[in-house]
Amino acid sequence: MQIKGDKWTPILFITPSIVAVGIFIYGFIGWTGFISFTKWNDVLPDYTLVEFENYRKLFANMRFQIDLNNTLVFTVIFVISCLVIGLLLAILIDQRIKGEGIFRNLFLLPMAVSFIVSGVIWRWLFNPGSIQMGNIGVNQLFEKVGLNFLICGWYTDPDIGIKAVAIAAIWQFSGYTMALYLAGLRGIPLELREAASIDGADQFQIFYHIILPFLRPITFGAIIILGHISLKIFDLIVAMTGSGPAFSCDVPAFFMYDTTFRGNHFAQGASIAIVLLLLVSLLIIPYLVSTFRKEA
Amino acid sequence: MKISITRLIIYIILAIFIIFYIIPMYIMVVTGMKSFAEVSLDTMWNLPFSLNFNSFNVAWVGNMKQGFRGLSGSFLNSVLLVIPATIISALFGSLNGYVLTKWRFYGSDLIFTMILFGMFIPYQSIIIPLVLTLQKLQVYGTIPGLILVHIIYGIPISTLIFRNYYITVPTEMVEASKIDGANFLSIYRWVIFPLSMPGFAVAMIWQFTSIWNDFLFGLIVTPNPASQPITVALNNLAGSYIVQWNVQIAGALITALPPILVYLFLGKFFLRGLLQGSLKG
Repeated sequence: MQIKGDKWTPILFITPSIVAVGIFIYGFIGWTGFISFTKWNDVLPDYTLVEFENYRKLFANMRFQIDLNNTLVFTVIFVISCLVIGLLLAILIDQRIKGEGIFRNLFLLPMAVSFIVSGVIWRWLFNPGSIQMGNIGVNQLFEKVGLNFLICGWYTDPDIGIKAVAIAAIWQFSGYTMALYLAGLRGIPLELREAASIDGADQFQIFYHIILPFLRPITFGAIIILGHISLKIFDLIVAMTGSGPAFSCDVPAFFMYDTTFRGNHFAQGASIAIVLLLLVSLLIIPYLVSTFRKEA
Repeated sequence: MKISITRLIIYIILAIFIIFYIIPMYIMVVTGMKSFAEVSLDTMWNLPFSLNFNSFNVAWVGNMKQGFRGLSGSFLNSVLLVIPATIISALFGSLNGYVLTKWRFYGSDLIFTMILFGMFIPYQSIIIPLVLTLQKLQVYGTIPGLILVHIIYGIPISTLIFRNYYITVPTEMVEASKIDGANFLSIYRWVIFPLSMPGFAVAMIWQFTSIWNDFLFGLIVTPNPASQPITVALNNLAGSYIVQWNVQIAGALITALPPILVYLFLGKFFLRGLLQGSLKG
């Protein structure tokens, strides 16, 4: 379909972007990879190569093991909840309800806000208070409406830790999956549903055999997007909890920041960054390849 | 009768979710409007007796006696940062999208995919070399340095948005101008650019929101308080034990306000960007 002739001008115009991306993304990733194989674990650079020493230390580090576990817990809770809540809200809103626009806008509003803003607010909402103060925040609300069994220490309780952060993240992103699913539902041809119901399918059968398969690519895309967000989660942790008691809120991205910019262990930090990048790549590269191979 | 019961259940479920979504916003607004005398953690759920904007005032100007900075300076930093970074990265995205859809060349699909990958990487994996490079370029710790960073790392998403948009522009229009003797630049200037306003709206709103809300780059590229963007300043304000919690919450509302206003007035484009950021056009 492309236009013939004038071959070099377009390439000239896209070259600055290619160079910038080439250096600032691929070059820098390589550079970080190089640093991760050196001895630079102090303020001043030391580029003596030590092979996989930093990685060996990293995987032997208990904090990093906790981080990987936290990331897994966070990702599972966050992704599944966003998908389920998003689908439920989209189906409800799709029922031609009154005030559809208001519901939609309200559910999507948290997406516009920075993780730092939501972290600051949820930190106060999940503040468990103290014996002198009594219950505050969400706990106080539970006490008022008689849901005392829900009162807990939230992020101050090592058994909850990262799960409390996940609730804040769900608050922020479930509206996004709602929007994706709603767009998907609106794209299902009405004739398809009508034909099925003429053939005697009930609501559940229509949902299971027509709507769900139709939404499968959306679910797949949403898992990729939400999954890579949750692997990278950083801002929300900083603003809401930090590492938490016994590292119960700690994640690799925060550990990397802590190690590199507070501890000056640059090579160790670089190794965390590379592991994080590999985790994200495992999710993203198959997605990018399959998406654009289909298209070409 | 059966239908109305189903309806009732739908509304009840929606109402429960409304409560979940609205609680943080309620606390933000209600707390910000209480006076210092009235504000207390025991009564954080109560409505204010009277309107009082002192919390916002303190969050904005700071408190010299207690020794903490307000957000006004960094609010201005964020404005100075977000405007050029948004405009320039949208222009790059537009040119790239134009080339990648209307002037495709051998390997252009691979290049597009490789550019796109930059959107997903954890920035931790480039941040150490980035700091070293910005120091070499003598823009480390400055707003121009941060603008440069946002332009470069904004290339993938803005290219994606424009590519998805230009795919819907019929190539025949470009072909026709080509036959009339128009070249690469004049086709962009006279055919593509005038059609690009919806693309610019989506890309600029997306970039505005994500640059305004960025934290990691601001935190690491601008460690000095004088050139920090607002998210970093808010985090410092909220992390300080001398700052009252109502001031922190008011600060959060100040920080959230510009993207919320954009969302309220230009929500249609915001949504489109959101859907495009994840799905191809």
